[in-house]
Amino acid sequence: MPPTENIPSATGETAPSASATPAIEFKDVEKSFGKTTVLKDLNFSVAPGERVTLIGPSGSGKTTILRLVMTLEELTGGYIYIDGKPLTHTERDGKRVELPSKVTRSMTTRIGMVFQQFNLFPNMTVLENIIEAPVHVLGKSKAEASKEAKALLEKVGLAEKADEHPTRLSGGQQQRVAIARALAMSPEILLLDEVTSALDPELVGDVLAVLRDIAETTDITMLLVTHEMQFARDVSHRVMMFDGGQVLEEGPPDQIFNNPEHERTRSFLSSVL
Amino acid sequence: MIWNWEFAAEALPILLRGFVNTLIATAVGTLIAVVLGLIIAVAIRGLPRWINWLIRLLVAFVRNTPLIMQLMFVYFIFAGIPGLVDIPALVVGFIVIGIHYSTYMSESYRAGIDAVPPGQHEAATALSLPPVRKFTAVVLPQALRATVPSLGNYAVAMFKDTPFLFAISVVELVTSAQQFGAAKFAYTEAFTLAGIIFLAASYPTSLLIQRMEKRLATY
Repeated sequence: MPPTENIPSATGETAPSASATPAIEFKDVEKSFGKTTVLKDLNFSVAPGERVTLIGPSGSGKTTILRLVMTLEELTGGYIYIDGKPLTHTERDGKRVELPSKVTRSMTTRIGMVFQQFNLFPNMTVLENIIEAPVHVLGKSKAEASKEAKALLEKVGLAEKADEHPTRLSGGQQQRVAIARALAMSPEILLLDEVTSALDPELVGDVLAVLRDIAETTDITMLLVTHEMQFARDVSHRVMMFDGGQVLEEGPPDQIFNNPEHERTRSFLSSVL
Repeated sequence: MIWNWEFAAEALPILLRGFVNTLIATAVGTLIAVVLGLIIAVAIRGLPRWINWLIRLLVAFVRNTPLIMQLMFVYFIFAGIPGLVDIPALVVGFIVIGIHYSTYMSESYRAGIDAVPPGQHEAATALSLPPVRKFTAVVLPQALRATVPSLGNYAVAMFKDTPFLFAISVVELVTSAQQFGAAKFAYTEAFTLAGIIFLAASYPTSLLIQRMEKRLATY
């Protein structure tokens, strides 16, 4: 990896305003697994169209944050709001009440996630993977969904693989299909959980190129956990450094990467760069 | 012991008539077991605790008592209930044998469902798939790949258990051989042919299952 000193952020644009209703808001979020508390009193928000990278040592709770937004983990305390609406729990008469699963599911249709291990459905072809949710969740016709899926495959450079089964593709190709699958739902929010960590080094570039393209051509809100620091610096408006389930410091990538305030951030960056 | 071709020729059509009952019991029994086994495997996941407990108790009962006892139990209980007396023994036979094997098949389904990686469930959740669609489109097709070969093996085992139906007076292949042998004192011919018929049916089936197993192992 090249040194990141003195490399300007590629986005250049100003970060989306934080005054509008946040795309994602964490309010007093707490998450524990049994007796182990991973997140405690966590408050932060992400503006619509903002791209935020979460960094920090393993076990700092970054992936848990993404999984909470995707409702893959049960929220043990506090609230998460998507576009100002409660995701899994709401406050009623001063009490914390769980929302019906149907309500939560109608909220998650606005959120897409790409996983470290791709998690494509091996029993379906590439095209079937992509149209599954548009057809069965959004109620699109197969013809319409297929047409859009093919356009997305074109975009990720895999148009000729539509009828293959995922197991016949390389890791990098599988991950690009997974990205197309997430995009097929036209999400407002895209969660990227270490999407290049399981890839051979020579395959990372193609996947990052696709993501850069999405960052540059859409206004999808992105929350990403990554070890690709140059990529994080290039695409994100804001970087949040986590340690022990708390935000240690945050700011524009240039500030965090060039002038971190905390010694913990410095030592973490020197260990990954 | 002497082999008599005349007896053999005479026995064959009688045995094949008995074999029809064997096939009916196996086919309908398998159908019942395949469907009921899946229902048990799925039901155990989603039902209230006390129903769940009741199902587990019934499954344990069926698995831990002999098939022949279950056949006789149901047959003679039915015989004492007006209205159920007239149910043919063969029907009682395939229902009981089907239920018996459903308890084993449910375990195969359960193992297959549990073997679907957590990442598949997570991807389905991330796409907001409704639970039923997630099960039928993602979980079940993947679980079946692991399950189908063992369902096939249970079907073959069931086929070989059908002679127990003699206990409730169903004349299937082995009973018809026994009856013919007794009538003509031609046990050698009758049982040799019965064995050959069993072998001719189940050996190709097991080969088919083996091939299926290999094909299903990869996508």
